[in-house]
Amino acid sequence: MGKRSVVPFGPQHPVLPEPIHLDLVLEDEKVLAAVPSIGYVHRGLESLVTKKDFQEMAYVAERICGICSFGHGMGYCMTIEDIMNVEVPRRADYLRTIWMEMSRLHSHLLWLGLLADGFGFESLFMQSWRIREGILDMFEESTGGRVIFSVNQIGGVKKDMSKEMLANFQKRFDEMEKEVRKLTRVFLDDYTVKSRLEGIGILTGEDAIRRGAAGPMARAAGIAVDMRKTGYAAYDDIDFEVITSDKYDSYGRCEVRIGEIFQSFDIIRQCIRKIPDTEINVAVKGNPPEGESIVRIEQPRGEAFYMSRTNGTKFLDRMRVRTPTFANLPALTQTLQGCQYADVPLLILTIDPCISCTER
Amino acid sequence: MGQFMPFAGQVLKNLFSKPATTQYPFAPKEYPERTRGHVEIQIEDCIMCGMCMRSCPPGAIEVKKPEHQWTINRFDCIQCGYCVEKCPKKCLSLVPGYQVPAGEKAVCVVQQPFDPEEEARKEAAKQAAIKAAQEKAAAAKAAKEAAEQAQS
Ligand code: SF4
Ligand code: SF4
Repeated sequence: MGKRSVVPFGPQHPVLPEPIHLDLVLEDEKVLAAVPSIGYVHRGLESLVTKKDFQEMAYVAERICGICSFGHGMGYCMTIEDIMNVEVPRRADYLRTIWMEMSRLHSHLLWLGLLADGFGFESLFMQSWRIREGILDMFEESTGGRVIFSVNQIGGVKKDMSKEMLANFQKRFDEMEKEVRKLTRVFLDDYTVKSRLEGIGILTGEDAIRRGAAGPMARAAGIAVDMRKTGYAAYDDIDFEVITSDKYDSYGRCEVRIGEIFQSFDIIRQCIRKIPDTEINVAVKGNPPEGESIVRIEQPRGEAFYMSRTNGTKFLDRMRVRTPTFANLPALTQTLQGCQYADVPLLILTIDPCISCTER
Repeated sequence: MGQFMPFAGQVLKNLFSKPATTQYPFAPKEYPERTRGHVEIQIEDCIMCGMCMRSCPPGAIEVKKPEHQWTINRFDCIQCGYCVEKCPKKCLSLVPGYQVPAGEKAVCVVQQPFDPEEEARKEAAKQAAIKAAQEKAAAAKAAKEAAEQAQS
């Protein structure tokens, strides 16, 4: 038997943009178990519902995280719209879908860059982020913000995209798609990259279900679960297949996310083609009546769950968010079991951790 | 080559092209027109109603009605645009240009031009009007009561 030791990993670590701490139980270089502890960036955003009224809360909700900010704002607004029985205009649904897919694009490109950084391919990291920058520019042109968009409101969206703007974006997306295609060949075909990803961090379908994995993590384990298929916003009008992989390893997760990048390009293309000409929001009057609502949406990192409970006043009783990273932490500890110590940073990256989301 | 060195084309291209990043601060950054940089006020149109102050999520705005002052702590403002939406006179707007860093969180005060004498005259006129209305109401009430008494 080798020598056993416990090595603390994080909360400050070069590979982690956000703080999470893991206690790694090692036998020589092999990881036997990993015990995560979180709570370094808890901000108490959920409890703000009792101090900010339901309209202001939309701005608080989108500040849960800087990458999926659009989805958080949208998920929260959807719960209140459900309670107040507000029918969102169709154009707003389409705009929300476009922005949501743009979020997915930039999140997955960010992840690809971080992954490349994780296995030490710096120029690949730079290239991924260079392409991602174009999406942030489009966000700024259409919403006025690069990270926090503030376009969601109860009853629709605040800003419209003109025909010219959509046509212009479409052209830029087409260009971008070509570039991403070149880039992803490196991720999928390059043998040095493959040697860092293949066979590392196995998560079988059975384990994924048992550990409650979500999003690309579950889909890479062969489970076709995608909340977009439930048809919220404009997804019921869009034609797409859930992307899965049967490789179960880090390479599979990379493959799924790359597949989703191209799928997002396609969904945006369909949206731009089909977007109807209606209003973009409806005015809501008064406070939400007493009620409770649950909404599940697909964030770039997986399924996110929003619950709001209202009491008839302008303040909510409770708002609850369950984020995909939280769901994926048990799966992470599973993939870490039996891996080499040097692969730990990479495996943490493959769940695409977002700690700010997790702790709110 | 593609199979073994899929990155070679990009490397060659990078050798002969300009950097992808903006050469800030030598080249100025251009913002699109929708950029939510900071809140601007058209102070002449403001009626000091305080709607912006009540709606601002982080409480960055303060409206001092007696002094005719509209103040904003730009370091607290999160550029959400809710005040812009709520202002009944549409005198607020979010325009490009971010708050520059500073050593301390200074509050930006915007003074509405006003004439104290004019203000005092207006206030006196208002008080007089209120008083006149009150007197009128009292007189009417007394007359009604007298009429009722005369009847019974
Ligand atoms: S933009 Fe938002 S945070 Fe800034 S002053 Fe207006 S309401 Fe307050
Ligand atoms: S809401 Fe508009 S009019 Fe009212 S105090 Fe604020 S800036 Fe002035």
